[in-house]
Amino acid sequence: MTTIPVETINIIEQFGPHLAHTKATNLDTSLEPDKIVQTHCCFCGQQCGIQLKVKDNEVIGFEPWYDFPFNQGKLCPKGVKRYLQGAHPDRLLHAYQRDGSASGGFSPLSYEQAISRVAAEIERIQTQYGPHAFGLLSGASLTTEKTYLMGKFAHMCLKTSNIDYNGRLCMVSAAAGNKKAFGIDRAANPWSDILKAEVVWISGANVAECAPITTDYVWQARENGAKIIVVDPRITPIARTCDLFLPVKPGRDVALFNGILHLMIEKDWLDHDFIEQQTTGFEAVAEHVKQWTPQRTAQVTGIAEKAIHRAAELWGTASTSFLMHARGIEHHSHGVQNVLGAINIVLASGRIGREYCGYATITGQGNGQGGREHGQKCDQLPGARDLGNPEHRAYVASVWGISPDDLPPPGVDAYEIMRKIEAGEIKGLLAICFNPLVSLPDNNYVRQQLEKLEFFVAIDFFLNESARHADIILPGSLHEEDEGTVTTAEGRVIKINKAVDCPGEARQDWRIIQDLARALGREQGLTFTGPAEIFDELRQASKGGVADYSGISYEKIEQQHGIFWPCPDDDHPGTPRLFEPGSWNPVAQGQGSFYFPDGKARFNVAEYSPPAEDVDADYPIILTTGRVVSQFLSGTQTRRIGPLIDQYPEPRLEIHPRLAERLGLADGDWATTESRRGSCTLRARVLKTIRPDTVFIPYHWAGGKSANQLTISAQDPISKIPEFKVCAVRVKKADAPPAYASELEAQQ
Amino acid sequence: MPTPIGKTFFIDPGRCIGCQACVQACSECDTHKGQSMIQLDFIDQLNSPQTVPVVCMHCTSPTCAEVCPADAIKVTDDGVVQTARKPRCIACNNCVLACPFGVPKMHTKMNLMMKCDMCYDRTSVDLKPMCASVCPSQALFYGTWAELEELRPRSRPVNSFQFGGQLIQTRVNMMIPSASLVEHIDVTAAMFEPTVGHDIFADILLDNINQEEPL
Repeated sequence: MTTIPVETINIIEQFGPHLAHTKATNLDTSLEPDKIVQTHCCFCGQQCGIQLKVKDNEVIGFEPWYDFPFNQGKLCPKGVKRYLQGAHPDRLLHAYQRDGSASGGFSPLSYEQAISRVAAEIERIQTQYGPHAFGLLSGASLTTEKTYLMGKFAHMCLKTSNIDYNGRLCMVSAAAGNKKAFGIDRAANPWSDILKAEVVWISGANVAECAPITTDYVWQARENGAKIIVVDPRITPIARTCDLFLPVKPGRDVALFNGILHLMIEKDWLDHDFIEQQTTGFEAVAEHVKQWTPQRTAQVTGIAEKAIHRAAELWGTASTSFLMHARGIEHHSHGVQNVLGAINIVLASGRIGREYCGYATITGQGNGQGGREHGQKCDQLPGARDLGNPEHRAYVASVWGISPDDLPPPGVDAYEIMRKIEAGEIKGLLAICFNPLVSLPDNNYVRQQLEKLEFFVAIDFFLNESARHADIILPGSLHEEDEGTVTTAEGRVIKINKAVDCPGEARQDWRIIQDLARALGREQGLTFTGPAEIFDELRQASKGGVADYSGISYEKIEQQHGIFWPCPDDDHPGTPRLFEPGSWNPVAQGQGSFYFPDGKARFNVAEYSPPAEDVDADYPIILTTGRVVSQFLSGTQTRRIGPLIDQYPEPRLEIHPRLAERLGLADGDWATTESRRGSCTLRARVLKTIRPDTVFIPYHWAGGKSANQLTISAQDPISKIPEFKVCAVRVKKADAPPAYASELEAQQ
Repeated sequence: MPTPIGKTFFIDPGRCIGCQACVQACSECDTHKGQSMIQLDFIDQLNSPQTVPVVCMHCTSPTCAEVCPADAIKVTDDGVVQTARKPRCIACNNCVLACPFGVPKMHTKMNLMMKCDMCYDRTSVDLKPMCASVCPSQALFYGTWAELEELRPRSRPVNSFQFGGQLIQTRVNMMIPSASLVEHIDVTAAMFEPTVGHDIFADILLDNINQEEPL
C-alpha cells in the first residue's frame, strides 16, 4: 500500500510547494557572475535561448540571448523567473524513504542505500510476477539523451514492455495524424515560414499563453498583410485582434475542417495538380465531406454559417498559408480525426513544402518533439522506429549488441498503465519527470492506483504530488545541472548546457538510471560516461530511421544554433522545411517528397463523433481545461516560483455572464463544479470571452484545486490521448468556501 | 528624438497579450533589481482580454520633475527621466499624483519614488531595455526608426498626448493604425469611450456563434 505516509499538510510543511523570491544574492547588482552559460529555457516546446548568470554554483539571474535565432532574446514570464527554481528551499538534496514517524512523512537515507532498495524491489517484483509487472513513467521535459536511456533501460535492462511517457498527454494525436498523412511526425516548417503567409489559421492553440514567443511570428505575418483566423471556445489574447474568430464548441473541430473542405470543393478552391500528383485518397475524402454542408457544420460546431463561409473563402483563396494547432484539437477522444481534418484542408490547398506554405502542431513540452522519437514511448524504438516492426527491432538490437528476441513486445500507454495497476498486472512503478496525480484525467482514480502499488519510486528534484505516494524518492537533476540535446517545436535539435553542479546527494538522472542498472547486475549497455557518449550511440541507433540524427553533433549544433532533423550524414545541413519538391527521404527513396514508398501524402477520411461524454440534463455544461501563461504543466516547478504565483495565484472557473447569471454566480463567488468523477470548488471569474455553454479551468494545481478531478479518462483509440478538453459538468454556487481556502497557500 | 545610441522605444497595445514578461523582466534590471517599474493594466476584463503595459513615457518636459519640490527628479542629457535621487526625495507623492500617465510609484519602505529609467545601464551601452528585450509579442519595441518602418507598415508612431488642457510630448512613442488621422492621442476624451465597440465587432464571440442554438 502506498497511501501517503502522513497528512498532506505535514508533507507540504516540509517539502512544499513553498515560494522562492528574489533574495540577497539575486539582488546584489555588484556581484560579477563567474560565468554566463548559453542554454535554453526549461519549459515549453519553443525552447527559447537564454543566458544564465552563474555565481558560486548558483544561477543568480539571466541575460537575454539576442543571437539565438528563434527568440532573439524574447522570453515569457516563466523563462524570466525560471532561475528561481535553483537553490530552492524545497530542493531534494538526499534520497528519502517513506516513514510515517517522520514529521514530513519521509526520512533521508543514503543514496547508495536507496539505490539498493530500489534494485531489490525491482528484482523481487520481476521475479515474483514477471518482467512486465514493473512499469515506468517517463517524461518529455528530459533531454533526448535521457529519454533514449529510459527506453533502453526499460527495453534492454528491465525487459519490460510497460514504459510510457507524459507526451501521451501532449502531442500524440498530432504525431499519429502526421504519420498517417505524411509518414513522418514533425512540424513541416520552420516558424520563419509563418512570417509571409497570407493566411495564418490557428486552431485550438492559446498561442499567447502557451507558446508566447510564437505571437511575434503571427503579428509579424499580420504586419505583412496576413489574415489571422483563430478557432477557440475562448477569446484568448491571440484571438482578440484576429481577422476572423470562430468560437467552436469544444470537441467539434473535425466537423469544422470537413465543412471548410466541403466549401473548398464546392467553390473549386483546390490545387488540382498537387492533389493529383502528390497525394492519394482525395476522392474518398471528397465523398465524405459532401454531408458537411455549411448548415450542418454550423449546427455541430456552434459557429455561425456566415463565419464558416468567410473562413473557407479566406483559406481557399490564399496563395500562401500556415496552419497551426495544439492541444485544443488534440486532447480529444477523436483527436487524431481532428488532426486529419486539419491536414486535409492543407493538402487540398497544396500549400505545403514551400516557403511560407506551412503546417505544424505547436509542441507543448520542452522536449515534446525529441522526447517522442527515441524509444520511451510504449511502442517505439530510437529513430522513430516501431517496437512491433521486426526490421526495426533487428536494427536497434544490433546497435545494442543483443538479440532482437531479447526485446519485449510493445507495451501500453500511460493511462493504461494505471488500469494495469488496477488489474494487478503492474505491481511496481518508477516515475521520472511525470506527475500523474496532477496531470492525468480523473485523478481520483489515479490516486487509487498509486495507492495499490507494492512499490513506487520517484525520481525528481522537488517532491511532486505523485511522489508523496512513493516508497523511495531519488534526488534527480534540474535542467541547468546537466547537458544534452532537445528538439524544439520546429524540429530543431538544440543543446542544453550545464550551468551548475547538482547540490547535496542529488545526481544527474542518467547516472541514477545507470546506478540502478548496476545495482541490478544488468549494466550491459548502460555504462555511458556522459550525455555526449549517449548522444553518439543515439546517432547510430537513429541512423536510417525517419528521425535520423546521425549527422548531428554537439559541435554542429553550437555552430549553427541548432540543426533540424533529419540530418543523415556529417556533411548534411539539416532539414528546416520538410516535403520540398524533389527532396529525398529514406522511405520514398526519391519517389516523392512525402514519407511513404510512393512518396505521396495521404488524405484520410476524418470522421466526426461527439465527445465521449456529451452534456445532458444532469450535467448540462461543457468543461474545457488548459493553461495560463505564468504556470507550466503540473506546476512542480512553477508553483514554487513566487513571482509567477503572484501573477496568477490560484485557479479560477471562467464562466460567461449569461451562464453565471442563470446560476446566480457573481465574479469572485465560490463555485462548485461537479462531474460524474469528482468535484472542485474554485472562485468564479465572470468573462464575456468564453462560450456561454462552456466553462474553463486551468489544470496546473493539485488536490482540491485540481481540474483533473473532473476530467474524463476517455482516450483516442489511435493516439491514446485523453479527452482533457471536453467533459460534462454542472456548476452551482458553493455553500461555503472549500476547506483548502483556510489551510493552504495559493500554490499548494 | 533618439535615445543615446539612436534608438527609440515604441509601444503597440494592439500587440499586447498580457503575459507580464515585461513586468517580471523589469525587476531583473540592475538599476532597480527586485522592483518592477512596469504595471500591466487590464482595460476591461469582463469584456476583453485587452491589456496594456504602462511604462514611463519619458516626457520632454516631465510633469513629475516640474512638480517636485525637492528637485529630486533629474533628466539625463539624452532625455531619460530618472528615479528620484535618494538624498533629495522627500517622499511627498507630488510626482505620483501629477504624472498624467500614472507612472511613478512611491516605495514607502524606502521613502523613495521609483520609476522606469529605460534601463539606463543597458541602453547607455546599446543593449535593449529588459522589457523590450523579452516582450514575446514585441508590443514593447526598442530599435531604430528604420527598423520600425520596415517591421510595422500597418501602424505609425505618435508621441503627443492631450490631457485636458495639457499637451504632452514624449520620447516614448505609441503606435496607432496608419490610417488614423489623429495628430495626438486625446486621453481625456478616450476615458469616456466604450472599451469595445468602435469599428470592430461589438462581440466577436456571440456574433459568430450559431444563433439557432439556445445558449
